Amino acid sequence: MTDQNRKILVLGALSAMARESARVQAGKGASLYLVGRDGEALRAEADDLRVRGAGTVDTLAMDLTDTIQTDTILANASAALGGLDTILLFYGVLGDQAGAETDPGEAARIMDVTYTSAAQWVLAGARHLEAGAKSRGVLMTASSVAGDRGRRSNFVYGSAKAGLSVLMQGLAHKWGGLDDAPRAVNLKLGFVDTPMTSDVEKGGPLWASPEDIAAIVDRAIEKSGPTVYAPWFWRFIMLAVRATPHFIFKRVNL
Amino acid sequence: MTDPFRTETGHKSWGRVVEGEHQVARPRRTGAVRDLLHQAGDRGLTALAYGLGRSYGDSNLNPGGALIETRGLDRFIALDVEARVLRAEAGVSFDDILRAIVPHGLFLPTVPGTRYVTLGGAIANDVHGKNHHSAGSFGRHVRSIRLERSDRGIQDVTRETDPELFAATIGGLGLTGIILEAEIDLVPIASAFIDQRTEALTGVDHFFDIAETRAQEHEHTVAWIDCTASGDRLGQGVLSCGDWADEGALTPHPAKAGPALPVDLPGFALNPLTLKTFNLAYRKRQLMKPARARIHYSGFFHPLDSVRDWNRLYGARGFYQYQSVIGFETAREATRAMLTRIAASGLGSFLAVLKTFGEYAPEGVLSFPKQGATLALDFANTGEHTLSLMADLDRIVAEAGGRLYPAKDGRMSAGMFKAGYPDWTRVEAMRDPLLSSQFWRRVTDD
Ligand SMILES: Cc1cc2nc3c(=O)[nH]c(=O)nc-3n(C[C@H](O)[C@H](O)[C@H](O)COP(=O)(O)OP(=O)(O)OC[C@H]3O[C@@H](n4cnc5c(N)ncnc54)[C@H](O)[C@@H]3O)c2cc1C
Repeated sequence: MTDQNRKILVLGALSAMARESARVQAGKGASLYLVGRDGEALRAEADDLRVRGAGTVDTLAMDLTDTIQTDTILANASAALGGLDTILLFYGVLGDQAGAETDPGEAARIMDVTYTSAAQWVLAGARHLEAGAKSRGVLMTASSVAGDRGRRSNFVYGSAKAGLSVLMQGLAHKWGGLDDAPRAVNLKLGFVDTPMTSDVEKGGPLWASPEDIAAIVDRAIEKSGPTVYAPWFWRFIMLAVRATPHFIFKRVNL
Repeated sequence: MTDPFRTETGHKSWGRVVEGEHQVARPRRTGAVRDLLHQAGDRGLTALAYGLGRSYGDSNLNPGGALIETRGLDRFIALDVEARVLRAEAGVSFDDILRAIVPHGLFLPTVPGTRYVTLGGAIANDVHGKNHHSAGSFGRHVRSIRLERSDRGIQDVTRETDPELFAATIGGLGLTGIILEAEIDLVPIASAFIDQRTEALTGVDHFFDIAETRAQEHEHTVAWIDCTASGDRLGQGVLSCGDWADEGALTPHPAKAGPALPVDLPGFALNPLTLKTFNLAYRKRQLMKPARARIHYSGFFHPLDSVRDWNRLYGARGFYQYQSVIGFETAREATRAMLTRIAASGLGSFLAVLKTFGEYAPEGVLSFPKQGATLALDFANTGEHTLSLMADLDRIVAEAGGRLYPAKDGRMSAGMFKAGYPDWTRVEAMRDPLLSSQFWRRVTDD
């Protein structure tokens, strides 16, 4: 739909991918409601997006793991936007795998941020879009290929992303069987060059930039199917990874 | 906390001749720059800002020291469409700016031959465009600059509040502080299209005979010269003039750049024969176009931007740019002398550009543009051969009282620099003691 500008809620709006995606949508005249933790940084993004062509831009500084008031916040966002039709969820925390195995606090942090709270936002967002935007609505989450098969270097994070992916898969299944229902799209991201991965050696054809992801998000908003590997070749990499027998996989240091 | 600096080696400037090892940091917020300067200082390093690396030689390099890459400082801050004023962080590119402002009927007051420059880089080199004779250089349109200095902290500098620091910063080669933000004037346009006029130039005299008149008739002028031609044909080329069309859509250029040159061309691909053939074909193609045409601004201002990484055309050894400006009293003869020397060398370039600068007084202490004629050429790096050609050109330029453009330079002598920019000590006096570049060390060393 090009005749009507999108009205977008961005959860985790300060992540590098969220910022680039918001810029692309602003350039197309979308209105945005940005939620993230740092109020000052959100205001700077909002100023930027206005110059890039956004309709209205509002911000809310909060900790997204606080999910008591999801419905109220969604209603407020919708009021500010004049009807919310697109929800983009970008947040999650990679955390420290070794720490998560020894420290229950670190494990809880990874799971709370990446799955428990994200799931609450997805469910609240689904309620909202079912009641409001209906078939124009889009709910998109940024999950990870780490959820496709557990591996020793990040399986706590991976399990949380797996949960998110299954939740979205179920939602897409439900909506797929209904007329006039919104669309659920789950991105499974491979390696993306962002501050979250700043300690990893980068470079090479497997690494995507936040700009690459923003283009994929743009397509996802308009027409993609329920599961989108980002970029696309991860579908085949993960096919191979999932098909690898345990007796081989256990020797691979991943 | 992880170390914000990483050790990186390789080519980082556009000509791909100069190599070096840098400690590179990529801040994402302007607020992070102060701490980076302190950390560089604590390690005993000098530092330098680095934008999109479109300077050709070593003015944007600081081997052995720190580089602060500004591309992450890429937020717009405010656009006042009525007042035609834009405020943005220094790492915002002209590419981004034009995409945001063209739909409002606004344009940058002047643009260089590529959109892939940052706001900070454009200020630090006081860049010029095809409209220098009607708009002056970029610095003329800068209202204020926010600098982060290691010795004085944040400084908001305007012509009024601190005229000396302002003049040292416009064209100041990044030495007076890290530019965090700037506020600039924009100009109105009625459409995104340019009415272009193309005509053949028969030689150097022809150019100098009509350049003044064309500059009065048209907002934008530039000539391409076939630098492989000699004798009677010396200086033959194509003059292109343009004015903003008074009607048409306000469509910005497309977001994605064209295909990239995937590999370095082998060095032998560029020889006197291929150069001659290219220049002949190019001239033919230009002159086959209708004498008058309406074209999109991207094709008029930034034709090279449609091939990404075209600098790899010159092969793995890289190339030099050579850009001079010479006052009108001596420009005609000096241009003839330079073109004669270049044609004899067989080292000519694909694109030699000749244009006149208007009478605007230089905006900054080290601004390159001054009234006269400017000639810009590329030379493949073939080692000694290329260097001795450029040394000969230096003599012609120096004798004619001209000077060279630091943004394009990776080898001029200290003497050549100081003769061209006798006021350089004013920038040295305003320099942030922590900031330096390979270029600055080279041209200020005795
Ligand atoms: C194809 C092509 C065509 C060109 N055409 C023209 C032309 O027509 N006219 C013209 O004038 N130039 C032209 N140039 C040169 C180009 O405009 C300048 O070199 C410009 O400054 C490059 O900007 P950048 O962001 O890449 O800066 P860099 O090359 O990365 O840096 C340039 C200088 O700016 C400083 N700098 C960068 N950011 C900051 C900051 N935030 N704070 C302080 N200092 C900073 C650096 O320290 C360095 O001294 C052309 C270059 C190319 C490749």
